[in-house]
Amino acid sequence: MSTTKPSRRRGAASSDTASTETTQSSTSAEQSPAERKKLHTELLYSMLMQRRFEERTAEMYAIGRIGGFCHLYIGQEAVSTGFISLLREDDYVITTYRDHGQALARGMTPRAIMAELFGRIDGCVRGKGGSMHLFDKSLGFLGGHGIVGGHIPIAAGVGFAIKYRGGDQVIVCFMGEAAVNNGAFHEALNMAALWKLPCLFVIENNRYGMGTAVERASAINDIYKRGASYDMPRDVVDGQDVFAVRAAAETAIARARTESMPTLLEIRTYRFMGHSMSDAVSGTYRTKEELEKYLKRDPVVLLRSTMEEAGDLSADEWNAMDEEIKAIVQDSIDFAENSPEPPLEALLEDVLVDTTSD
Amino acid sequence: MAVITYREALNQALREEMLRDDRVFLMGEEVAVYQGAYKVSKGLLQEFGEMRVVDTPITELGFAGVGVGAAMVGLRPIIEFMTWNFALLALDQVVNAAAKMLYMTGGQFPMPMVFRGPNGAALQLSAQHSQAWESWLAHIPGLKVVTPGTPYDAKGLLKAAIRDDNPVCFLEGEMLYNTKGEVPDEEYVIPLGKAEVKREGDHVSLITHGKMVLVALQAAELLAKEGIRAEVVDLRTIRPMDVDAITASVRKTNRCVVVEEGWEMCGVGAQVVDFVQRHCFDHLDAPVLRVHQADAPMPYAKNLEKAAKPDVPKTIAAVKQVLYIDA
Ligand SMILES: Cc1ncc(C[n+]2csc(CCOP(=O)(O)OP(=O)(O)O)c2C)c(N)n1
Ligand SMILES: [Mg+2]
Repeated sequence: MSTTKPSRRRGAASSDTASTETTQSSTSAEQSPAERKKLHTELLYSMLMQRRFEERTAEMYAIGRIGGFCHLYIGQEAVSTGFISLLREDDYVITTYRDHGQALARGMTPRAIMAELFGRIDGCVRGKGGSMHLFDKSLGFLGGHGIVGGHIPIAAGVGFAIKYRGGDQVIVCFMGEAAVNNGAFHEALNMAALWKLPCLFVIENNRYGMGTAVERASAINDIYKRGASYDMPRDVVDGQDVFAVRAAAETAIARARTESMPTLLEIRTYRFMGHSMSDAVSGTYRTKEELEKYLKRDPVVLLRSTMEEAGDLSADEWNAMDEEIKAIVQDSIDFAENSPEPPLEALLEDVLVDTTSD
Repeated sequence: MAVITYREALNQALREEMLRDDRVFLMGEEVAVYQGAYKVSKGLLQEFGEMRVVDTPITELGFAGVGVGAAMVGLRPIIEFMTWNFALLALDQVVNAAAKMLYMTGGQFPMPMVFRGPNGAALQLSAQHSQAWESWLAHIPGLKVVTPGTPYDAKGLLKAAIRDDNPVCFLEGEMLYNTKGEVPDEEYVIPLGKAEVKREGDHVSLITHGKMVLVALQAAELLAKEGIRAEVVDLRTIRPMDVDAITASVRKTNRCVVVEEGWEMCGVGAQVVDFVQRHCFDHLDAPVLRVHQADAPMPYAKNLEKAAKPDVPKTIAAVKQVLYIDA
């Protein structure tokens, strides 16, 4: 998969400086079997919801219900669930245009997202944003940003505001591996390290930025090493294993919350679909064989097997969960179909906050 | 009324608004320890501390984005650009993030923030350090664009900009910082979007803003000696533009000259001319003329720079032309 083998042991792969010293996580240790089963069931539910939601999203795109750019997250679900499952309600999440998975993991309803994808008034941003711009203030879900790298300084700004107010929240900023070649990434990481901001910079290294492999775009293939430029604690993690992701996330969240220190995490993952809905699944830039190799490490399947082996998931339990999720996704489609288009007056609404009454 | 400089007026506005609301903070290059590249933030670090007066690395895109993020979660940032020339590096945050955030989020995330700094040419700074940005910024829905020309306006408009819940681009005049004017001791705020008639007249309207207000006033003064009564309308805010004020003046004078610092092509004056032809078509006695920078990057040599810039003689010549008076 890569030149540096991702490790579940924290800090193992990031020994290029002492600043990355981390403690062994106890995320799934010291739990009763019942607690373990409950947690793992929740994680599986979150990941399977993302998977089933996007499978139907692809279908809806194909029949023209959804338009524009639409980037699926299938294959990367352990990353969103791994991080977001450890956050508090008052923490923040910010991400790219590949945002359906994180929005669902953060608790946005399938209805609000599907209606947004359909461009309807009941969408999370009233049909103004579409697939790339999901936001929900009440969940601390800060988007959904379309300019590669553009949201990374914004994440630093949220970290700055947390510190300004003396709070102990954190912000998790997800980005693709191609964003690290963009100036905004460096400007933001430098400030976050300089000012000790409670930010987690999470690079979802799915190996490609559109059709450009990481080796063809980045002078350093072990992307987490870029943290060294800012003396920032850093780590590299297997992104197909939700427990590995959670272990790394737990350490980094604690560092941000208690020490107000940022962390750079490279999460090695893979996207199972094309870059966007207008792109073939394998295409000219990667082979079918490569794709098939990675498909063997499907994060949903890996978690399901772990649970089955531990006796935490029976065939009936799996089927019941899957049926429940499929029904919820179907409901979101029905809801979106029936939601009205935005009224034409909405065209000129929310360009500015109305200050005429001041 | 005290007579103070434009710089002091801005400093007072910053200080008063920071005292009034502890969500307001100032961030930018050299704003704190150095006291501001143009000393606009003098004394603020000492009074408010380093959390609220924040020196940044030279990272315009980065700290503009920090402002956007802080505004998303409820702070009221004032982002200072050492000059607007350097803000070009930050335009992604100004345009793609700040200006669009409210709309793109269905009204969930207002951007109560100010981007401010000196704009336009100073003296012999040549091409990269001498340009006026208002027409670029005014093109963008979701932004407000403010260009004060006097100390009184600088203070009142900056206070309004800081209190506004929208992203405001506040363009100061590098050559105006040392200019003086009367500023009342009591508090006042000037609403954004309102032009002001700086001098009344009924022969011709001079529509202008920012640094060119002084040029237009000087031109009007000289024209008066020849019996020509020019009215000077200071737009003060470029977006939203006070169409009513433009219309009222041109309907009265029937002639119009637009004076701006920037280039001609798609400039602020082009928009003014559009409003004039739409609302004053039957009132015009002459085509509207424009005075602006020559269509070239700013040169260094003194004589070339002078030739490039709009000034009093060029304004007077344009006025005489719309009055059909031989120069
Ligand atoms: C500044 C900028 N340049 C180019 C694009 C077009 N673009 C959209 S996604 C993308 C690839 C990004 O890849 P990566 O950061 O790895 O994220 P991924 O799509 O793999 O999740 C490109 C080039 C853009 N949106 N923004
Ligand atoms: Mg990628």
